[in-house]
Amino acid sequence: MAVGSGGLQDKPWTDPKAQPFIRIEGVSKHFGDVAAVNGVDLNIYRGEFFALLGASGCGKTTLLRMLAGFETPSAGKIFIDGVDMADIPPYRRPVNMMFQSYALFPHMTVGQNVAFGLQQDGVGKAEIAERVAEMLDLVQIRALAKRKPDQLSGGQRQRVALARALVKRPKLVLLDEPLGALDRKLREQTQFELVNIQEKLGMTFVIVTHDQEEAMTMASRVCVMNAGMVEQVGAPAEVYEYPNSRFVADFIGTANLFDGVVTEVSSDQTRVASPDLGGDIVIGGGGAVAKGATVRVMVRPEKIQVMPDGSPDPGFNSAEGIVREIAYLGDVSVYHVELMSGKRVQFTRANLLHTADAPLTWDDRVRFQWHPANGILLVI
Amino acid sequence: MRSPAKSFSAVVRRLNQPGAAGRLTALAIPYGWLALFFLLPLLIVVKISLSESVMGIPPYEPILRFAEDAKVQIHLTFSNFGLLLRDNLYVVAYLNSVKIAAISTLISVVIGYSMAYGIARSPLRWRYLLLMLIIIPFWTSFLIRIYAMIGFLKDNGLINNVLMALGVIDQPIAIMYTPTAVYIGIIYSYLPFMVLPIYAALERMDPSLLEAAGDLGAKPWKAFLRVTLPLSMPGVVAGSLLVFIPAVGEFVIPELLGGLGSPMIGKVLWAEFFSNRDWPVASAVAVAMLALLVVPVMMFDRFASRYFRGRS
Repeated sequence: MAVGSGGLQDKPWTDPKAQPFIRIEGVSKHFGDVAAVNGVDLNIYRGEFFALLGASGCGKTTLLRMLAGFETPSAGKIFIDGVDMADIPPYRRPVNMMFQSYALFPHMTVGQNVAFGLQQDGVGKAEIAERVAEMLDLVQIRALAKRKPDQLSGGQRQRVALARALVKRPKLVLLDEPLGALDRKLREQTQFELVNIQEKLGMTFVIVTHDQEEAMTMASRVCVMNAGMVEQVGAPAEVYEYPNSRFVADFIGTANLFDGVVTEVSSDQTRVASPDLGGDIVIGGGGAVAKGATVRVMVRPEKIQVMPDGSPDPGFNSAEGIVREIAYLGDVSVYHVELMSGKRVQFTRANLLHTADAPLTWDDRVRFQWHPANGILLVI
Repeated sequence: MRSPAKSFSAVVRRLNQPGAAGRLTALAIPYGWLALFFLLPLLIVVKISLSESVMGIPPYEPILRFAEDAKVQIHLTFSNFGLLLRDNLYVVAYLNSVKIAAISTLISVVIGYSMAYGIARSPLRWRYLLLMLIIIPFWTSFLIRIYAMIGFLKDNGLINNVLMALGVIDQPIAIMYTPTAVYIGIIYSYLPFMVLPIYAALERMDPSLLEAAGDLGAKPWKAFLRVTLPLSMPGVVAGSLLVFIPAVGEFVIPELLGGLGSPMIGKVLWAEFFSNRDWPVASAVAVAMLALLVVPVMMFDRFASRYFRGRS
């Protein structure tokens, strides 16, 4: 899944001695009474493909704009490559941005758009021509160099915007919803291309997106934001498998949540009595909570298996319910099963056989199970 | 060639299409308006310019005259146009008008652009108030506003009094009845026509374009020259045409504020009509002015439309 995490062999964020490339220290941004960004601390390392993920209005774009220098933090400091960015205007930052609207200059050709940044640095004409051609080759739009932006398709404009942001070989590239305007097929294809380009050029990318799949696919690390604050930062698999809050569990992927009370804590497992499930839930690992605590257990839909013969494997958590809804998605089907408590549980099954042969259908009574290691304990 | 019957049935078919009547009406209104209030008066003026002047009402000879044997004679004379070239009063007045209009337009571009830029960049709650202030003078009669300018410009007017009170000058500067007064009057009167189209162009501009320019390393003034200015050019062109064209034919301002030294073609035209009562020559002046204005304006328009093509 995460093609992006291959870009960094060693994970610098796990190394306490590694110097972060970007340091965001206690940064807040207020617009009037509204705190768009509220006390954010982040370290981003060289060569990372870092995704700021969140719903619209969560402050991710404001944070990105502070990195670019279009907004000044109300509090806190931003360091890029060790330099305090407080008094440095956008045009002197070692940063280039790809805008959500692309912001291509409508009166210039594709070539002139890409050349613009180099001209500002006083690069010689011959070198500009060479570097523009090279960059247009990289994003595969060299044939369009003489066209104006309004003669291009959405996908082509997106490439021009990318080429323009990369041509100066900045230390840091900021991408604001770069794939938002593309249709699904093109978006998926472009995701891989973006990651390949980033690895090839070895730049640091910070991308803003509301699309969790996009963030998971491309990023080395994902930062989930909510209401101006950071909820969780981690590698895509880490954030998906071990969300630290109900918000993250819900925002990234789908989550089945069972409320309960801890009845037993040992060194290797925790037992939770859950009226939702109608029985006990055993979770691998222990020690994080005290006995008697109210907790929520999260299980991902694809971690749940159906037992056709009705007898669960020993040591697994299991329950029984009635199939209420089936969503056929092609590769997988999503089943909604209603438990005795009225609680609905979602799980997915790969459609290994044609649907005509599917043994599960509406109103079937079904028993399902999951391994204790696949349950995550969320403290309420 | 299609037969008339076929063409007729084609027209009927088109008229029966849904929305055809609406389309036809929508087209007929502007064309009808132009034909009635622009083309017809223009043809009348052209006709008068080709007839001979007489004492009487109307003060020109008819072009169609009935001769003996029920013949119709057409009398056309080009002597009125010949006069325009022979008497250099007209050529001088025309060139002078173009010069005054061109310089006024240039100064208006500079002042108007900075005003439009200031308004477009001001906070939203100020913007409409400022635009209102630009438009408010239109609520007063043009003539009265020009008369009011006299109060500013005359020897014991506001400007001279203030400058003398401040000790900048000892003697009043002669502004009234000089070309300077005409320039001030024209720029003052036509500035809103410059400000509004430039403001519209600036306001339409996507602010992220300037951010992009800054992000790519352009200092603010460089971003202005390479992004803002070119993108607002359609507004500058529209504003320039709106100032230049009426300024060339301007009559009231040179009449009230200007001296005898630099005649403008509008004033000459007025004199021919009302003082000399030579309608044919006055019409010839009007037709020549129109022809001489239309050519450069059309060339400018063609150049501009090619330059701005694909720039919406």
